[in-house]
Order: sequence, then C-alpha cells, then structure tokens
Amino acid sequence: MHIELRGIHKSFGEVHANAGISLSVPPSFIQGILGENGAGKSTLMKILSGFLIPDAGQILLDGSAVAIRSPADAIHHGIGMLHQDPLDFPPMKVLDSFILGREGGLLPERRRASREMRALCEQFGFSIDPDAYIDTLTVGERQQLEIMRLLWLGAKVLILDEPTTGISQPQKVKLFATLQKLAAQGMTILFVSHKLEDVEFLCSRVAVLRQGELVGESHPPYVTRELVRMMFGKEVSFGGRTTLPTGGPVVSLNGVCLEGGRLQVNDITLCARAGEVIGLAGMEGSGQSLLLSACAGLHRPVAGRIALGERNVTGSSYLAFRRQGVAYLPAARLEKGLVSGLSIAEHFILAEGGKGMMIDRRAAGSLASERIATYNIKGVPSLGVEDLSGGNQQRMLLALLHASLSLILLEQPTRGLDIESTLYIWEKLKERCRQGAAIIFASADLDEVLQYSDRVLVFFAGRVSPPLSAEQLSVETLGELIGGKGWERLPAETVHA
Amino acid sequence: MRKPRVSRALFQVMAILCAVLLTTLVLLAAKAPPIAAYLNIVLGAAGSWDVAANVLVSWVPLLLSTAGLLVTFTAGLWNIGIEGQITFGAIFATWLLRLLQTSGLPPSVILTAAILAGMLGGALWALLAGALKTFGGVNEIFGGLGLNFVASAVNLWLIFGPWKRPGVASMSGTVPFPPALWLPTLSAQSRLSPSALVIAILGIALIYVLLQGTHFGLRLKAVGRNPQAAHLLGVRPWQHMMGAFALCGVFAGIAGGLQVVSVYHRLIPSISSGYGYLGLMVGMLSNFNALIAAPVALFFAALNVGSIRLPIVLQQDSSLAQVLQGTLVLFVLLGQGIRQRLTRKG
Repeated sequence: MHIELRGIHKSFGEVHANAGISLSVPPSFIQGILGENGAGKSTLMKILSGFLIPDAGQILLDGSAVAIRSPADAIHHGIGMLHQDPLDFPPMKVLDSFILGREGGLLPERRRASREMRALCEQFGFSIDPDAYIDTLTVGERQQLEIMRLLWLGAKVLILDEPTTGISQPQKVKLFATLQKLAAQGMTILFVSHKLEDVEFLCSRVAVLRQGELVGESHPPYVTRELVRMMFGKEVSFGGRTTLPTGGPVVSLNGVCLEGGRLQVNDITLCARAGEVIGLAGMEGSGQSLLLSACAGLHRPVAGRIALGERNVTGSSYLAFRRQGVAYLPAARLEKGLVSGLSIAEHFILAEGGKGMMIDRRAAGSLASERIATYNIKGVPSLGVEDLSGGNQQRMLLALLHASLSLILLEQPTRGLDIESTLYIWEKLKERCRQGAAIIFASADLDEVLQYSDRVLVFFAGRVSPPLSAEQLSVETLGELIGGKGWERLPAETVHA
Repeated sequence: MRKPRVSRALFQVMAILCAVLLTTLVLLAAKAPPIAAYLNIVLGAAGSWDVAANVLVSWVPLLLSTAGLLVTFTAGLWNIGIEGQITFGAIFATWLLRLLQTSGLPPSVILTAAILAGMLGGALWALLAGALKTFGGVNEIFGGLGLNFVASAVNLWLIFGPWKRPGVASMSGTVPFPPALWLPTLSAQSRLSPSALVIAILGIALIYVLLQGTHFGLRLKAVGRNPQAAHLLGVRPWQHMMGAFALCGVFAGIAGGLQVVSVYHRLIPSISSGYGYLGLMVGMLSNFNALIAAPVALFFAALNVGSIRLPIVLQQDSSLAQVLQGTLVLFVLLGQGIRQRLTRKG
C-alpha cells in the first residue's frame, strides 16, 4: 500500500510535536524514521496508527484520503503498529492473545486460528507454542507474536517503534530477515529507531526528524556522520574507553547458584574490584537480571557465597546490602525505580531517609534544585517524576544515588535513551568509578557492553562465561557467544557449565 | 492552555447538580414533593440547636473512620474491614467497662481506659486483615469483608450469650452502663459530648499533619503508589502497610469505643452503624485529602440526621440520604473519569 502524509501537525500544549510533516512511502519499501528522543517520531507513527488524531494534515492511502480515528480504524485500513513495549496480555495464553482483536462471530474459531498461527510461525521460522502463557515469552518472542497477529488481521502496512530495544542480537537478525521477507511480499514498512546501525542496515530510505520537523532524507549508501548531523544538528562522537586502575575487591561471588522461574544459573565466580566496570551480555532472560538482583540482595542464591568487601552477606536483605553501599537501578525506570505521583523533591527526601519526624521541605527543595542542576535534569523540584522523559528519569535515578557507593548495579542503563543522554549517563558512571565504585551492568546493546566494560560475562541459557577481557572481544565473537556458539573456544577450565 | 483547577471545580459542581437531579427523579418516582423533601432535610439537620448537635454526634464517628481510612488509602489499601474494626473497638471498650465498672476507680480513669481498649481492639482486628494480606496473600478487600462478618457475629454472640441482659437477651443490646460511666454531654438531654468532638477534630488534624508533613506519611504515599520502587529507595513496604492498617484500626477503635461510652452506653448489634462504609465514600469524595474530608463528613452526617424527619413528616423512607450520598460519590468519580479522558495527554 502506498502511504502519503501531507502537512501533519500535532501540538501538546506548547510543544509542537509534529510541525507540518509530509512523507510518501511506496509499497515493498522499508522506510526508516530516525531522530533523537522527543523528535516527534512516535507522535507521527501514533497519528498514522490511530492512537492520536492530528490537529491538521491529511493521510492518503493508495491515493485516497482517509480519516483514521482509532487503532481499530487503522487496522481496518490495513495499518498495524508494533509498539515499543508489546501490547499483549501477559496472564493470557498465546493463542487467546492472538485471537483478540479479530472481528468475528460470537465464538472464536480457536482451531482455525491455531492452525493459521502455526502456518505463520512456519513461514517466518518462529517457534512459539500457541498454548504457552505470554509471560513465559521473551520480549523478542512477544514481538514475533505481535507481528504475526497484525499480519493475520490483514495488515498491509507495518509500523515498528524502536523494535530492536531490549531484544538480543540473534532475535534482531531474525526480525530483520522477517521484515525483509515481508517487504519483498509487497508490505510497506515504517521502521522507527534512533539506532544508526539498524537503520543503515535495513532501510531502503531514511527520513530524519528533529524537533517536530522533517529535516532531511537519505538513501543508501548512508554516511553515518551525515545522519548524525541531521539528527542532532551537530556532530557527536562517542567517548572512548578509559581504563581506570582497579583497587581492592568490592563484591565477590563464590560458586553462586541462582534459580528464577524456569531458569537456573550455576556456579558463578566473580570478583569486581573498585573502579572496575563489568558488562553482562546475553539474550534477555539468560540470567543477567538474576545475577544483578543477587548482588543487590533482592534475590537469595540457592548455593554459594556473596561477600561485600571482606564481609559475608549471603542471605542478607536488600536494605542490608544498601547500607553497605550497594545501589540497584532497574531497567523499568518508572515501574520499578521511581514512584509516579511523587515529585522530584519528594524522591530526594525518600532516598536520603528521614532525620527526625517532620520533613524539612525547604532543605529538601534546595537539595533537589542542586541535584537537578548537577545532573542536568529538565524539571523543577515540584514536578512529578512521571512527567520526565526517559532520559531525564534515568538521570533522576543517578541523582538519587547516595554520595558514597561501593557497587552500582544497572539493568539496561541507556535503553531508549538518545546518544547525548547515553554519553552523559556514562560520563557520570565513570566519575563514580574514579571515586572507587565498581559497576556491574547488563545491556542488550553489544556496542555498549564492549565500549564501557573492562570485563564481560556472557550468559547463554543458564551458562555463564568466565570474565572475558573486553579489549580482546569483538562484536562478532560476542554475538556468537550470546547465540550459544564458540563456547568451546573459551578457556576450558574456566567455563562454568 | 489547560486550567486544571477551574475545570476540576466545574466538574465537581456538575457532579453535585447531577446527583441532586437524579435524587429528584427518584423522589418524583416515589410520588414525593422534591422541594418539600429537601427542605425537610435541611430543617432536620439545621432547624434547631438540638438537631444541629445531633449532626455533630453523627460527625464524630464518621470523621474518625474517615481519618483512619485516609491512612490506609494513602498506603494504597482498601480497608473495607473498617466496619469490623469499629465493632471490635466497641467490643473491647465494653469489655473494659464491664471489667472495671465495679472497681471503684474514678470514672475518668475507667472511660480513658475504655477508649484505649477500643484502640487496641480496632488495631488488632485491622492487623489481622493486614497479616492476611501480607503473609497470607489475601487481598485486603476480601479479607476485610470476611472479617466484618466475623466481627458482627462475635458481637451478636456476646450480646445474646455471655453478656446478655439478665432474663431475656434482646436486640436492644447489653445492659446500659450506669450514668457515671457515660461520657459527659453538653446537657442532660443532649447526646453531644464535647470531649468526643475534641477527640475527633484532633484526630483528623493529626492525620493531616502525619500525611502532609512527616517522613512516615511520605513513605506511606510512596508504598501506596509503587511498593517496588519504594523498596528500592530504602523503604520497607510491608512494615509500612501493617503500620497503616494498625493506625486505621486505632482510629476505627476510638470511633467504636466512643459510640459505646458517649452515644449508646451499651453494646448494640449494629454498633458500627455503617460509619465505616460511609467513611470510605467520604474519603473517595474528598480525593483522600483530610482538609476536604472534614466538611464532606459533616455534610454526610447532616444528610443522615436531616433525613430522619422524612418518615415522620412526608411518610417517605429516610434512606433518601443514602440515595443522595451514593449518587454523589458516583457522579464525582464519573466526573473525575471524564475530566481525565478529556485532558489526557497523547
């Protein structure tokens, strides 16, 4: 289907999220939409998929103007959107989630749906059990399910919003292959991302948005520097790795075994030293989160010993770990890390802990203002944290960290952040390292793992590699290890099976 | 530009108008003259010093229940079990009065001890609901509902069993306590006890300060909105939830105890009189704000007392007050929902 957007405008209060955007996308085409956070990508896609109604402008499908007033309208016209966080129903079975949204008689035709879902699985090489529960699937599998569901509903246009966030390298490869196959079959695909390499690899053409406007389009072969300049209006370069001298042991794990759900991770032995950064790589759900939770005291190991410094803390509570200078920053910032409904200032009061019974609002307000300035957060002390953007929420979590910390644990520290925020966050983290903290972080972004870690632990289906020197690892090797290949080439005596 | 405050006020006014309209339709359907009915409610609640004092008598337990519920609401808990907590407050207060009434201690000491016992009874019953939730995984709504039935069964068993009147047990309750153990009232005819009124007002003021100005209040708020994040920020969620239950139980217990020592002077079967459920409505209607809750509770008390005249004057059922209260809560919540829909971002 040929999509044409003409002069789309959308404002939220004083923010002009889309300022007259026009774009034309032919069928059998993968159109990339690139831009940093807040550039207006998501707004534009939500307009096309019926979640938002534009203030002005026209949408033409195959040359005729249509009004898309709801997501149901959009799918009726053949436009399906895959959201950044899959919109499915975790407590339901795969097949039930698959059938939902399908118009039909009173009783769902489960048998036919099941047959057709299996056919789609076969076509794209997915392996999803229709009778499994959604919450047992990985983010990547849920994405695959959602793609199949949209196809089954008759989508001829597929919009993907940051689809490579939170999925592993092999899942990404599979996703890209699927998208290329769909494009070859005549599907129109809109691929929204802020990841240059993904867009460069996949897209037939790239449109760059900045501050609500379409600032330019680019065709392959792409020049990365040019894309970056269009996105930010200036050139940005990544800071290199600065290896710091490392000090004494901060946290040591000795033969730690962890169990979570169906996953079992055995015999982890690791010692992180002051000033060191350890990256955890692997497919999501391979045990990285378990290890981080265990190091934070949030998850009790079934065997083994955890020590902070010289002190054995195996089996202690999170609050005991916290008192020892351990901090944990979860991936779901607003869901697990911050309390929506409370203001920035109130978070600082909570994090600092109460002295006396009554709150000293004035002192809290000035502390908040000071941290807001230090951490470059776009907000005021009285602002609710839910009104902060993703990047500012992550800065907020960093700002909440206590002054003296020995161990910082981070899960997907820069997920969904633009390049500037990513650089900023890591600058702050490296500052913590220089002050003597050790950092352990899990990331699905291989470049991030290789760029910032001193040593890397690779997770694969409950197996954990020995700590590998990041300098001697390439993206290819790391990608293979994550996908379960090349483990036999690791030093045999140190592989923990 | 959005003007949240103006639009909120507008929606509140609309909600009140809608509630009055619907109640008027109910009146018309019952073939009652609406204007006369409303006039009688106003006269019934403010027509004389006596009825005005009765409104305050009704305000005391309602205000105390609401104050307690604000704590549990802040901690994200629906303490439906408050009715049972009021009942157990009354039972414990009665138990202590029965124990000490012949002890010869000064009445002020016995009365104070009775109120303290009421606090203990309410708190224990609330902690039971809390423990069921925290350690048993029973949602506090279901646990509380179940405990309400148990509390009222225990109450009936005491009235018809161990504490029954000499001779024949009766629905009118246990034997009244001697007037020396009645909380002093304004005058011999009045049921309004100034000390009960002072306790209630101090109670809501205390809750206001607790929730607005203390570290404990802020931590409760954090736990109520996101227990997981609160935990990561260093707060102990279940301890705070139990604390909220206990505190709410204390307030419910005072309400129950005061009903015994200052209003009924004995234990009666329906000692909680639905003040707990009414308190839930007041809490919701006042958006869980103590400053708003106090006048709203007064208004609800006035509606209750005012409508007592209806059966006498107009031969209409006095449950009209409940119709008006119920529709009011529904329309205000509906108004909030619609307003959120209209002003929703994105």
